[in-house]
Order: sequence, then structure tokens, then C-alpha cells
Amino acid sequence: MRRYLRVDWRAGLSLVGTLLALLSLAFVVPIVVALAYGGTDLGIFVVSMVLTAGFGLALRRLDPEPMPGAREAFFVVAFTWLFAAVFGAIPYVLAGNGTVAYPVNALFESMSGFTTTGATVMGDISFDTHSRAIMMWRQVTQWLGGMGIIVLAVAVLSQMAVGGAQLMEAEAPGPGISKLTPHIAETARVLWIAYIGFTAFLMALLYLLSVAAPGLAPEMDLYNAIAHGFSTLPTGGFSTEARSIEAFSPAVQWLIVPFMFIAGVNFVLWWHVISGDPRELLRDNEFRFYLGAVSLFSLAGTVILFFDASLQTAATGQIGGHLERSLRYAVFQITSLTNSTGYANMDFDAWGHSAKALLLFVMFIGGSTGSTGGGIKILRWLVILKSLRREVFTTIHPEAVRPVRMNGQPLDEDAIRGIYAFTLLFLGLFFIGFLLLSADASRLAEFNPHTLDLLTASIATLGNIGPGFGVVGPMGNYNGFPVTSKLLMVVYMWIGRLEIFPVLVLLTAAYWRS
Amino acid sequence: MRVIIVGAGDVGKSIAGNLEHSHDVVVIDQDERVVEDLTYSHDVLAIQGDGTTLETLQEASVERADLVIACTDSDESNIVICGAAKTATDGFTIARVRRRTLLETWEGSQGGFDVDFMVCTDLLTAQTIFRISGLPAAQDVDAFIGGLVQMAEFEIDADSPIASQTIREADRYDSLTFAAVFRDDEMIVATGDTVIESGDYVVVIGSDESVRNFAADLTTHGRENSDEIVIVGASEIGFQAAREFENHGYHPRLVERDADRARAAAESLPGTTVLESDATDIEFLEREHVDEANIVIAALGSDEKNLLVSLLARRLGVDRTVAVIENLAYAELFETVGVDVAVNPREETAEEIVRFTRTTRTEKVAMLEHDRAEVIEIEAKLDSDLTGQTIQDSMADLPDGVVVGAISRGGDIVTPRGTTVIKPGDHLVLFVDSNVLDAVIEAI
Repeated sequence: MRRYLRVDWRAGLSLVGTLLALLSLAFVVPIVVALAYGGTDLGIFVVSMVLTAGFGLALRRLDPEPMPGAREAFFVVAFTWLFAAVFGAIPYVLAGNGTVAYPVNALFESMSGFTTTGATVMGDISFDTHSRAIMMWRQVTQWLGGMGIIVLAVAVLSQMAVGGAQLMEAEAPGPGISKLTPHIAETARVLWIAYIGFTAFLMALLYLLSVAAPGLAPEMDLYNAIAHGFSTLPTGGFSTEARSIEAFSPAVQWLIVPFMFIAGVNFVLWWHVISGDPRELLRDNEFRFYLGAVSLFSLAGTVILFFDASLQTAATGQIGGHLERSLRYAVFQITSLTNSTGYANMDFDAWGHSAKALLLFVMFIGGSTGSTGGGIKILRWLVILKSLRREVFTTIHPEAVRPVRMNGQPLDEDAIRGIYAFTLLFLGLFFIGFLLLSADASRLAEFNPHTLDLLTASIATLGNIGPGFGVVGPMGNYNGFPVTSKLLMVVYMWIGRLEIFPVLVLLTAAYWRS
Repeated sequence: MRVIIVGAGDVGKSIAGNLEHSHDVVVIDQDERVVEDLTYSHDVLAIQGDGTTLETLQEASVERADLVIACTDSDESNIVICGAAKTATDGFTIARVRRRTLLETWEGSQGGFDVDFMVCTDLLTAQTIFRISGLPAAQDVDAFIGGLVQMAEFEIDADSPIASQTIREADRYDSLTFAAVFRDDEMIVATGDTVIESGDYVVVIGSDESVRNFAADLTTHGRENSDEIVIVGASEIGFQAAREFENHGYHPRLVERDADRARAAAESLPGTTVLESDATDIEFLEREHVDEANIVIAALGSDEKNLLVSLLARRLGVDRTVAVIENLAYAELFETVGVDVAVNPREETAEEIVRFTRTTRTEKVAMLEHDRAEVIEIEAKLDSDLTGQTIQDSMADLPDGVVVGAISRGGDIVTPRGTTVIKPGDHLVLFVDSNVLDAVIEAI
């Protein structure tokens, strides 16, 4: 055993401290909400803020002038997200209300928030149990995690200019980041501006709808408009309503659909659209594939729902044979589960087998590169499909040299290999998660989930989706799982958001030694 | 006209040979031996030195030069030579380059790098290959007046519809003019009584459509479009040829042995199927059904390999083979043993460059049968011997060996016959015997 660590962990932790201190500023939002609603839980958030900032500043003292290198990037990213989840859990524990007050549950809820998963362990989602400030904090964690804490830090902290690209690459969803500008900070800023722009736009539209046409949006108000703006663009999925988006009118549901779709698109492309070059978006292979996949599966879903005569629930009424409803529920759920948002506008657990199979299928797709969505990602599937097509071609013509192209540009063979490795690892972890959750679930006599429930619990946490089927269905929660399972899912959400490798390398001896 | 040629490689020598009789030619080369050879073999002044230095250029009296042609092996040197020459003279500068990207930059900048005209040898060759491939049975093809008029040379088989006929009888194709017949080593300028024999090569000039129709009429087997194209060798010429075909909507196949070059070609050519293999591997050729290809183009680095590939393709049953031949001396031999068309990069480059040496500024020059004759494009001047009278009359004034191939008047094509009157401003495509070229150019 070598004695010397080759990782500058002091510099790494110091940078994590800086990021935590920055993150503590986010507590301002629930503090304002608490002030607006009579001061409930105000003290909790002030304490949380002080604790987070204090711990962050203390870590900074480990190394006053950190110079993290390429290796430290993984360390910094992995621990920033872990600490963010830990400190984000403090308010739930301090508030002490409901199931989420237990430390492991609080950590689960916080990790689910930051990783934009949207899986909840709250037994009772209502303002009777939880204060409005706590519920808003839950939404805010999703919004911070969506575009990424590191991207935000690179955008606002000049200290992050050097090495920022490596950090962003370790954090950003999808293979590789594209620099839009010579300065990485400006690229990060551009991404956040597009993100903030869409969020504010959705909030404004939701609020305007509730003001201009209260009849069309009875449940919507300023609080809900902000809360759902915070969780739609990061493909989060948390809702302040127990019945998620089902609580809102069809008009609100239709309004949310395009924004869910937008959240699953590479924000670099949105920047091109905003700066007046929409052709860039329409030319992009990944966007076209995403649009095509969502359209195709939505259409299939609509047909299945429309012809399922028996499909009806108390909340939605008769769906089979009703075109607008079939279309609305299919489009909403397919969009929501494809790009890992996890909103529900009805209890899709009530759907028939074929429709549920379709939902399970789309859960494995994921969002686009550079979007806020999780999962395996559109780009990877596209590359895999293209390289499989090449494989067929080279079987016929063994001598053929045929590069896989993306947007007309040939892809490096190493990149393709990396994509296969990631996808295989992702699917492997999904099955291992399913096995472990199943084994663990059988320990509790009173907890009896179906096989499919456990299967979806594994993909819903690893793919940062949120709801699955059965006990973890859109109207259910993850509270029934044993503590060990919850901890496993916390890890799954964490590594799922960071795309596995940044965390995985920390577990190898080669990373720590030379 | 005083012409300075820097770089006495194949292209340089070829140009020098073309210009030595009618112009004052100075050739600069770095190699002492090459310079010595040139002094005896050509009627030029040969100077040893580095053409990129002003000192050497001044030794060649660059300040009196009307034309500086930079055709060394290095693209960068050629551009620097033009830049250096421009500091001392207002003469016209021509740079030969290999890389297409340089040509594109130059075209985009409208005379950047102090280069007045840039020639991309490989691109020119690739374009010629594409033109020839487009016309079945053609030996040589060149486009004039912006593609409106085509000149083509065809081999006449015994079963051809015009074999054993006089030109007068064969002259039944709309807006097509027979210019000359090459028989063995003889060149016959076409008159009405000339009989076309099998084995002859005839040169025709006419509208794009008429040449195409004529070509279709000559080919006995019915295949019109050459859509099965196999290019062997991802050399610069092979690569550019593939791109030329791609740009015109074809999907050629490109065979390259070297893995890295195959990959590089595949990355830049999305419409081409690149195959990594040795093109002389018969098993591979059969597996890929190369025998069913309409055209096999051999563009490997060496003439011998190109010959081998062409013969192999022939043997497998390929309709036509086109080979790139660097050494002019081989060209005729290759065509005798079975290569359908030999394309020579140097000749293509020389065609582009020599037109700048004519006192009457010719728009375009095409050389036939290794410069036995030329087809040139000119604009008819008011004071020319050609204008204002019927072609019959003006031919009497000009030396023998001139044929008016086509006339373009305001964008329309006029078929030239004995009674046609040429007007000032007409664009003419003339077939001219090289022996009388200087006299003819003087007269018109």
C-alpha cells in the first residue's frame, strides 16, 4: 500500500466548501416564503442557512488557495452533490413534521430534490402537515439541481474560471460539453440565462392564466405558479399538490406540456434559438430524434388509451373513447416519463398493461445531452442505433469503413465505445438495483410491492424520473421501503444524476494513487 | 511575353515546353541537375536558385516578367513565390496548389495571397475524370462557355453508326460539329469529304445536349447513366473525384488500402462508401461485385499500380476504366493495352495555365492528343479576320487546320456552317492545329 494520496483532497474539499457557501444563499427563497406566510418555519431556514454557510466557510479554510486539477474534478463534483443533499435535508429534520422528518427520509427527499428525481417519501403532501416554506424549499432544490450547481458556480464565481470546464463536464448530463464562448464562465451564464428565462416565462404564464381566466385554472395561484415553474424546467417532478398535476385543470396541464418538452432539450440549442438562429435547433439530430420519439410514443399512447373502453378513474372520468382526454393523458405522461420529469396528470397506475409497458419503455430513454433531464439520454440511443445500423452494413460489406455521424460530424470510435460502456453500466446497475431492492423488501412482512413496482423503483431513481408503478406510483410514495433500500436509492439518485462515472472513479484505488 | 516558371517538376516542364517557341521563358529550380538538363532539352533560360527569394527572382529579371508561374511541389512555397514576385512586378501571378482548401480560401478572398490565378491540380484532374465518366465512350471532354458547349473525343468502333461514312453523311446531329479525326499518328482536319474509319478518334464540338445525344448514339450497349462508380485509391485525386461525384448526386465507392486514409476519406465523404482493402484482391473485388461497375477509376499513387488495377477491372468485365497517369510517356501505351482513358494531371494543369500566355486573351484552352491540337474559346473582336464575313470566306484567309466548332451569341448556340456570319461579341470555340496556332491567334 502506497502511503501518499495522489489526490489533493484539501483543495477539493475547499472548493466544495466554496460551493456550499454559495448554495446557502438559496435558503433566501424559503425564508421569503416563510415571511410571506406568517413566519412559520422561518427560524428553521435561518438556522439551516447559517449551518450550511458556516460549514462551507470552514471547509474553505482547509486550503485558502485551492488549485484543483483534472483529477480533483470528480471529487469536487461528487462531494458537492452529496453535501448539498445532506445540508438540504436539514430543514425537513428541524421542522419535524410528517414522515420526512426522519433523517434518512429527509436525506432521501433532499437528494431526490437536488437530482431532479421527484421521488418522495412524504406520506402526506398537504399544507396541513407541512408549511408553505418547506414545500417551496422542496421545489427550489429541484430547480438548483436542474441546470447544475457546478454550472451555476462557474457562471457566478470568477475563481472557477480555470478548471471549470472539467468540473462542468463531470456534472453536465450527457457526453461532453460544447463551449459556446471562449470563456467557460460565459457559457455557463448563457445556459443559466436560458434556464432562468424559461422558468420565469412558465411562472408568468401560469400566474397570468389564473388571473385572466380563473375559470380555466381554478387551483392555480401565485404560490403554485412559482412552485411548478421551479420543478418543470429542471425535469423535477415534485408538486405541492398530493395528486400532482391532476389537481389542476386541463388548460394548466396543456400549458405545462411544452415546457416539460423544452426542459428535455439541450439548452445550448435554446441559446441558439434565443439568439436568433432557430435552424440550429431544427437541424440537430438529437432534437429531431427526441421530437420524433415523443411524438411517436404519444401517438401510440393516445391510440391505446382511446380504445381502452374500461379506462376510467374517479378523478378523470371516462377516458376510453374520449379523444381530448386520451390525447392529454398520453401526451402528458409520455413527455413526463421520457425526459425524466415525473409529473402525473392522472394515476397512470390505472392504465392497462400495454399502456404501462409503453411508459416503462420510455423511462429508459431519458432527456437530451445538455438538458436538465436524466436517464440514458437521447444522444446515446441515437449513437447506439446508428452504430448498430453500421454493424449490419459491415456484416454485408466487411471492408466498409463507415464512421458514425452526428449532425454530419463523424464521431470518434472511442466516444462510441464510451457510450456503449455507459449504457451497459446503466442497465447493469438498474438490474442490480432491482435485485437488491427485491431482496431488501422481503425483509419487511408488511411491505408487499409487486415485482413491477420494484423494477420501476430501480429505474425511477437511477434515471432520476420519480414515480413508478404500484406502491411507488404517481399517487404513492417511497416511504414503505426499508431504511437500507432508501439509502441505496439515495446513492442511485446521486450517481444517476452525475452519470455514474464521476462517482465510480472515486471508488477505484487507481484514482487515489498514482 | 516574358514568362518565369518557378519549379521545373512535371508541370513546370510541361508548361515550359508549351511556351518555349512563342515566348521568352525563364525557368527557376533548386536542383542543379534539373537546371542543367533543361538548358539542353528546352529552348529556355534555366536558373538554379530558391524562387521564394527576391534575389533569385531578380536574377530572372522578374521586374520585366509579364507572367510568373509558381509550380513547385510545395503549396506554401508557391504562394510565397507569388507574393515575392508581386513586390517587384505588376505581372500576372499563377500559383499551383494541391490542397483544395487553399483554393477555396483564395476564391473566397478574390485574389488573396497576391495570387492572380490559382490552379488546384488534383481538383482539375478530378473534374476531368468526372466529365469523362459522364459521357460514355468519351476519351476526353472539356466544357466551354460556362458549360454551354462541350468538346469531346470519341473512339469509333466498326459497328458505330457513323463508321465508314463521310463527315457530310455523318453530320446529322443537331448543333454538333465534327472538328477533326485522329487516325494512328495522323491528324485530319475535318472536311465534308473526310471518311470516318473504325478505330479513328473523332473530335466533336457542340452544345452540351447534342454531345450527350451523340455519345448515347455511339454506345451500342444500352447503359446510359454511369451510376456504379468505383474509385480505387484515396489519393488526393481519388478523394476529390469521389467528392465531385458526390456533389453531382452519385454514390461512388472508394477503395483504399491504408486504414487511416480510408477512415479520413470516410469521415469527409458522407455519400461515398469507403472500403478498406487492397484493390488487387480478386476475392474482394468479386465479393463487392466490382465487375458490375460501369466505371472503375484508378487513382493510386503510381502509374504501374493504376495500370494493374485497370487491367484487372477490365478482366473482370468492367465497362470502362479510367486511369490517372503521371508520366505522359506512358499514356499512349496504357491506352493500347486496355485502359480506356488515361488522364494526365500535368496536361490538365498546363491547359489551365497556358491560356494566360496568349496575346488574345483566351477564355479557355483544351489540349488534344498531347497538344497536337487545341480547342480554344475566344471572344470575336471587331477587327478580327473572322468577323463580318461568312465562315467560308474567313477560312480562306486563315491557314489550314482551323475549324469553328461552336458559336455562342447572347447565351444561345448558333451551329456554325459555311454560310454563317460571325458577329463581334460572339463567343467562339475553335479547333486549331498546334502547328498553326500562333499564326491563327495572330490573325483573330
